[in-house]
Amino acid sequence: MKLSSLTRSELRRRLKEEGLGLNIGPFNTSLTSSIGVVGDGLEQLYGAFTLTGDADFIDFRVSLNSPSGLRRWFRPQVNFSFDGFFPFKPLPQIQAFAMFEWGLNWCIANNAHQYLIIHAAVIERNGVVCILPGTPGSGKSTLCAALVCKGWRLLSDEMALVSTQTGEIFPVPRPVSLKNQSIDIIQHYSFDAVMGDVVMDTAKGTVSHMRPPQSSVEQSEKPGTPGLIIFPKYTAGAEPNLIPLTQASALMKVAENSFNYSVLGLQGFEVLGELVSKCACYEFSYQSLDEAKETLESLI
Amino acid sequence: MPPESILVQFLSGTIEAERVADSPACELLLRQARSANLLSRVAALCDDKNLTSRLPQRMQNHLQSAQAVAEANHRSVKWEAKQIELTLLADDIPFCLLKGGAYVVGQTVAAKGRVFSDVDILVPREFLEKTEQLLIRKGWMCTNFDSYDQRYYRTWMHELPPLQHMKRGTTLDVHHAIIPPTARIKSDIEKIWKSAHKVDKYKVLYIPDNKDLVLHSAVHLFCDGELENGLRDLSDLDLLLRDLSVNDDFWAGLLARSVELNLQRPLFYALRYTHALLKTPVPAKFLTASKQGSPGSLVEKWMDFLFYRALLPDHITCTDRWTGLARWMLFVRSHWLKMPPLQLAQHLARKGYKRWKKRNASV
Repeated sequence: MKLSSLTRSELRRRLKEEGLGLNIGPFNTSLTSSIGVVGDGLEQLYGAFTLTGDADFIDFRVSLNSPSGLRRWFRPQVNFSFDGFFPFKPLPQIQAFAMFEWGLNWCIANNAHQYLIIHAAVIERNGVVCILPGTPGSGKSTLCAALVCKGWRLLSDEMALVSTQTGEIFPVPRPVSLKNQSIDIIQHYSFDAVMGDVVMDTAKGTVSHMRPPQSSVEQSEKPGTPGLIIFPKYTAGAEPNLIPLTQASALMKVAENSFNYSVLGLQGFEVLGELVSKCACYEFSYQSLDEAKETLESLI
Repeated sequence: MPPESILVQFLSGTIEAERVADSPACELLLRQARSANLLSRVAALCDDKNLTSRLPQRMQNHLQSAQAVAEANHRSVKWEAKQIELTLLADDIPFCLLKGGAYVVGQTVAAKGRVFSDVDILVPREFLEKTEQLLIRKGWMCTNFDSYDQRYYRTWMHELPPLQHMKRGTTLDVHHAIIPPTARIKSDIEKIWKSAHKVDKYKVLYIPDNKDLVLHSAVHLFCDGELENGLRDLSDLDLLLRDLSVNDDFWAGLLARSVELNLQRPLFYALRYTHALLKTPVPAKFLTASKQGSPGSLVEKWMDFLFYRALLPDHITCTDRWTGLARWMLFVRSHWLKMPPLQLAQHLARKGYKRWKKRNASV
């Protein structure tokens, strides 16, 4: 059963009472919240996700609620709790849905070391998975959103989960996080892009999330085989330009973008070595999304 | 009746494997173990019991993840030990690893799935200043610049304010005793040094004798007020006691040592609660003998009320309406044990005022 099949009131009831269980890639997540924007965000962006069953094992139980005391009414805030643990300071309540996304990122990055986790957008076309590791400002999410709007499959806009057993990439096709000008750029780039509420003045500036394509969500269970590692760099006025990377320097650059390379130690090094040896690795500067799309599709 | 915890049942071996493998029970175990910082230990124990492959796949994933964290912790503490050795070797200053670090480097059974957030070392009091200087030179920096806190640690406590390594981010607590000098109980640290063992291939690195590891763990757990890792520390004690008691004369030796170090009270609590909660096989004879350290039957009952709650995981599924109060009272008790009443009153007033000021500044 999908989230979209719940009525508005049933969705909100579950959020308030027993928790809304969602199957999000490899993670069953149960969310409790009585804050309106959280329900709105889920309705707008998570419709295609499958609900968990009553007896299912839940990996992450999280909640988004108002802190107790005065701040419930006076400049209301929201707290993210991971099963009773509060990893963050409270945020203004208007950012509650974005905080769900950030909080879930935190849960995965800190509790899923069965994967080598790389800070990257991950997309796929014709069976080839492309990893776009991203330092902030590189434009990875924008490029990822653009390609996904044009038919690429979304595996994740935030993290590549590389299985330490098989080297495959496991999808977590959650909404794509867009910031500042990227929101307008994507809305103009594709009229099919569905955006959630736009929230201003967050720690990351203005943010909004793009709904993941239904087909990507439906393939949540299907891991992919990595074939390309692209380090994107948005450069004003640049022609699309691919610069091949040696395996050694690609390995170092991916390691820098990994959340848990040091946790995995030798195993991390081996998994990363395997990954890099299977992939063609490039640095990629571009300005136009259309040209970038064309260039990347020519590699597949 | 105090609340029950599936994690406690698992650690004490009083729950059947089939029941743990059942999905809702398994998830409950995950949640409690995660909140008690014991998930890596649960993973190691599941492996020992050949249970892992019978658990739900999702649980296996979490256990695998937790094991990676413990292994990373162990690599890190060994590396830190080596770096501290190289730093202190310059002046031939001996140092002794304590708690988690000692379990891992000393290859004791309590290393099993043990995670920790800081490294604790002991140095002789006369080398304390020199040690700090050498460490600072190698990148361990003090992170707390509050002048009151500095004075609090340096004049009253048994440790320096925590140091943090600039590059690696690891936290280091440098102790010169196991109990604050202002505390009611006094214990002669010289005696711990005398029976400590030098670690192979190291020149200035020592590990306390096994009995002293047990006693120090007991002091830490039953005299310090920070009980968020209470069950983890109790499980350390349980593993150590089970392992060491294969020697027939262990229990008598441990009791004798507690008398030498003047630590009968913490040992009494350690044996009482490992036995009661984790079913540690302490022979009846020695349980009775440890009563020398009892605070009296009235206080015992009161402590039972507090510890049967505060030693459980700090998780919503194993708390009752008294748990919060119990934790708070044990926190207050730990301060009461640490300093004389007048000093405590001053300390609390000072801390309370600072907190109040800080809160008002942030609104």
